[in-house]
Amino acid sequence: MEYEAMRQFADTWGLVFLVAIFVFVVVWIFRPGSSKLYDEQAKIPFNDDGED
Amino acid sequence: MGLTTYLTSLSIAAIAALLLAAKADDAVFATHAWIFIAACGLAIIYQLRTLDSNRNMPEKRDGYLDGVVRAGVIATVFWGLVGFLVGVVIAAQLSFPVLNFDTSFTNFGRLRPLHTSAVIFAFVGNALLCTSFYTVQRTCATRLAFGNLAWFVFWGYQLFIVLAATGYLLGATQSREYAEPEWYVDIWLTIVWVAYLAVFLGTLWKRREPHIYVGNWFYLAFIVTIAMLHIVNNLAVPVSFLGVKSYSLFSGVQDALTQWWYGHNAVGFLLTAGFLGMMYYFVPKQAQRPVYSYRLSIIHFWALIFLYIWAGPHHLLYTALPDWAQTLGMVFSIMLWMPSWAGMINGLMTLSGAWDKIRTDPIIRFMVLALAFYGMATFEGPLLSIKAVNSLSHYTDWTIGHVHAGALGWNGMLTFAALYYMVPRLWSRNGLYSLRLVNWHFWLATLGIVLYAAAMWVSGIQQGLMWRTFNELGFLEYSFAETVAAMHPYYVMRTIGGIFYLLGAFIMAYNLWRTVVSPTTEKSAIVTPEGGQVAMSGSV
Amino acid sequence: MFSHKIIETHSMLLLILSLVVVSIGGIIEIAPLFYLQNTIEKVEGMRPYTPLELAGRNIYVREGCYACHSQMIRPFRDEVERYGPYSLAAESMYDHPFQWGSKRTGPDLARVGARYSDEWHVQHLLSPRSLVPETVMPGYPFLATTPLRTDNAAKHLKTNLMVGVPYSDEMIKFAEIDMRAQADPESDDIDGLEERYAKISIRDFDGNPDMLSEMDALVAYLQMLGTLVDFKVYEPEKNLR
Repeated sequence: MEYEAMRQFADTWGLVFLVAIFVFVVVWIFRPGSSKLYDEQAKIPFNDDGED
Repeated sequence: MGLTTYLTSLSIAAIAALLLAAKADDAVFATHAWIFIAACGLAIIYQLRTLDSNRNMPEKRDGYLDGVVRAGVIATVFWGLVGFLVGVVIAAQLSFPVLNFDTSFTNFGRLRPLHTSAVIFAFVGNALLCTSFYTVQRTCATRLAFGNLAWFVFWGYQLFIVLAATGYLLGATQSREYAEPEWYVDIWLTIVWVAYLAVFLGTLWKRREPHIYVGNWFYLAFIVTIAMLHIVNNLAVPVSFLGVKSYSLFSGVQDALTQWWYGHNAVGFLLTAGFLGMMYYFVPKQAQRPVYSYRLSIIHFWALIFLYIWAGPHHLLYTALPDWAQTLGMVFSIMLWMPSWAGMINGLMTLSGAWDKIRTDPIIRFMVLALAFYGMATFEGPLLSIKAVNSLSHYTDWTIGHVHAGALGWNGMLTFAALYYMVPRLWSRNGLYSLRLVNWHFWLATLGIVLYAAAMWVSGIQQGLMWRTFNELGFLEYSFAETVAAMHPYYVMRTIGGIFYLLGAFIMAYNLWRTVVSPTTEKSAIVTPEGGQVAMSGSV
Repeated sequence: MFSHKIIETHSMLLLILSLVVVSIGGIIEIAPLFYLQNTIEKVEGMRPYTPLELAGRNIYVREGCYACHSQMIRPFRDEVERYGPYSLAAESMYDHPFQWGSKRTGPDLARVGARYSDEWHVQHLLSPRSLVPETVMPGYPFLATTPLRTDNAAKHLKTNLMVGVPYSDEMIKFAEIDMRAQADPESDDIDGLEERYAKISIRDFDGNPDMLSEMDALVAYLQMLGTLVDFKVYEPEKNLR
C-alpha cells in the first residue's frame, strides 16, 4: 500500500471506526443499571479489612 | 520444585556460567559471568543453611506471601537512595566538571544511565514489584500463585539491576535510552519478567473475589506492555555469544522510532499505568473511601493504554522522521491529556468529603501532591508535544525538568506514601515511628522538586532562546560555549534541589527502619502535631 | 450478550484485549517506515563505516556521548547556520543503533567532521577546558593510552552485514588490515583501503605513531561525521514527505 492510500483510509474510515468504538465504550459503561455492579467492585479493596 | 532439583539446576547454571567466564571474549562479559556464578552460589548456600529451620517452621501456607513484599520494600528504599545519590552526583558534575575525575568509570556518560536505570528500574521497578504483590493478594483475597516463584522474580530482578549497573560502569551499553543493558542482560530480564507475569496472572486466576479490581487491570497492562516493548526494542545481533557487544536489528530512522516507541511507553506503562494501579489501591485505602468514579476508571484505563502507545514520535519532532509519523505522535500526545487528567481527577475526588485529612494525615498529603504533580506533568507533556513548543524545548533542560516533575513528584511521592502505608502493616507495627519525620520528609522533598523544576524551566527556555537568537547583522548572537556558561547557576540550583530530595529520602529510610525495629506489643500513641487523626487510622 | 463483566472476570481476556489495544499504535506508526519508499531520501555518497570508524563509533556509544550530544540537525535557520545542512534519514541508514540523541548539553555533532583539526580533537578529548574554558565535558585521557582492539574487526563487520549493512566479502576479509592501515599513512595496505571505501581520511589521527589507540578510532569517527552525502547533487524537493 502506498502512503496516499493509507492516508485516505486513516482520514475517513479509520477515524469513523475509532470514534464509534469510543462512543460505544462510553455508552456501555454509563448504561443504566450498572451502578450496583460498579459500586461493589469499587469496594473490593475494603473486603479484607481486619486481615492486614 | 523439589529441593534436589532446585539445587541441581542452580549448580548446573553456575557451572555453565563458569564455562562462559573462562571462554569470555571480553572482560565485562567475564565479570558478569562471575557475578552470575556468585548469585547461584549465594542461593545454594542460603538454601543449605536454612534447610533445618525450613523443615521445622514451614511458612504459613494459607496466608498472604508477604515476605517477598517486605524484601521488595527494603529494595525499594535502598535503590531509591542509590538512584537519588547518583543523580546528585551527576548534577554536581554538570555544575563542576572537575568531579568527573576524567576516568572511564566516573565520567558523566557512564554515570547518567546508572542514574536513570537506578531510579526507573531499580527504585520504581521494585516499588511496582512489591506494591503489585501486596495489592493483588489483598484485592483477590488469595496468596500469590506458584509458590516461591515470586521470590525468583524478586531476586532475579535484583540480579538484573546489578548486571545492568556494573555493565554501565564498565562500558557495556546499547546506547538506547532507558534500554541500555546489553543483549544477555535483556534475555535475563525477559525470563524474570515472564515469571512476574505468571505470578500476577496466576494470582488473578485463583482469586476469591468474583471481579478483578481496576488497580489490577493497570498492573496487568503495565506488565504485559513492558514485556512487548522490551522484547521488540532490544532485538539485536551479538558480535559474539561470549561478548557484550551487539548491533541493533534496526538502523537509523526505524531504529529511532522503535526506541522512542519504547522510551515513551516505558514512561507510559512503568511510570504511569503501573503507578495508577498503585494509586487505585492506596489512595482509597488511606482515605478510607472507595474510588470516586469506578466508571471513569474503566474509561480512562482503555483510553490511556490505547493512546499512550502512539505518543512516541513526539520525541522526534522536526527530525528526519517522516512528517506523517510526527503529526500522529503530536496529535495523540495532545489527546493523551484527557485520560491522564481523568486519572488525576478520579484520585483527587476520592478525597472529596475528607479534605481535612490533607491537614491531619501526612500520608494523604504525599498522595495529593503526587496527584497534583501527575496532573501538572501530564499537562506539560502534551504542551511540549506541540511542534512549535517542541522546536524550542527539544534538546534543552526543559525536557529534563518535565521528566523530573513527573518522576520526583508523581512516582517518588506516591511510592513514599505507599511505603509509609505498607511498612507498619507488613511488620505488624502499630504505626510509624515518627509522623514528625514524615512531615520533614514531605517538605524537604517538595522544596527539592520545586527548586529542581524551576531551575530546569529557566535554564531550558533560556538556552533554547539563546540558541536561536540572531544579532542585527543576521549572525548567531551566542556561541554554543556561551550558552553552556549561562547554565551554570541553574545547574548549581538543580544540584541543591536534588540534595534536599535525597535528604528527605534518608529521613524516610531512618523512620521506616526505626518503625521496623521498634517493639510490636506496645500501643504507641501516634498523633500529628495538630493532635488530629492518626495516620494509621482504620485497619490495624 | 456482551458484557464488560466478562472482561472484568476473565483475566486471560483482559490480558489479550490489553495487548491488542497497546499493539495498534506501534504497528500503525512503525511498520510503514520499513516499506514506504519515501522514508529514506535518495542521496549520493553514503557508504558503510570503515572498520576504524566503526570502532570509533563503538567507543562513542560506550562512553555515553549520546547523553549530551545529538546527531540530528533540525531544519531551522539557527541550526543550519550553526551546524550545517539539516540531517537526512539517509545519513543514518547504516547506523545500528542510531545516535540522534535527545539532549544538547554539548553541541550537535552530526556534521562535526572536518571542522576542526585532529590535534584540536585530541587535545579537546584529553582536556576539554584547555581549549574551551566554559565547557562541562569530562576529559577522556585514557583513550590515548588504551590500545584499540583489532582482532575481532571482521566479526564486527560480519554482524553489521547480518543486520543489513552492505559490507562486501572483501571488506570483511580485510577488516583488520584496513583498521590498522587507516591510522598509518606509511602502510602498504592503504591502496586497497581506498579502493574499498570512498571519501576516506588516512592519517595518524592521535599523533602517536607508536600505537593504534582508541583515540585514533574515536577521532577518525568524529572527523567523518556528516561528510559523506554530497549536498551539491541532493534535491530536497524530490524527497518531500
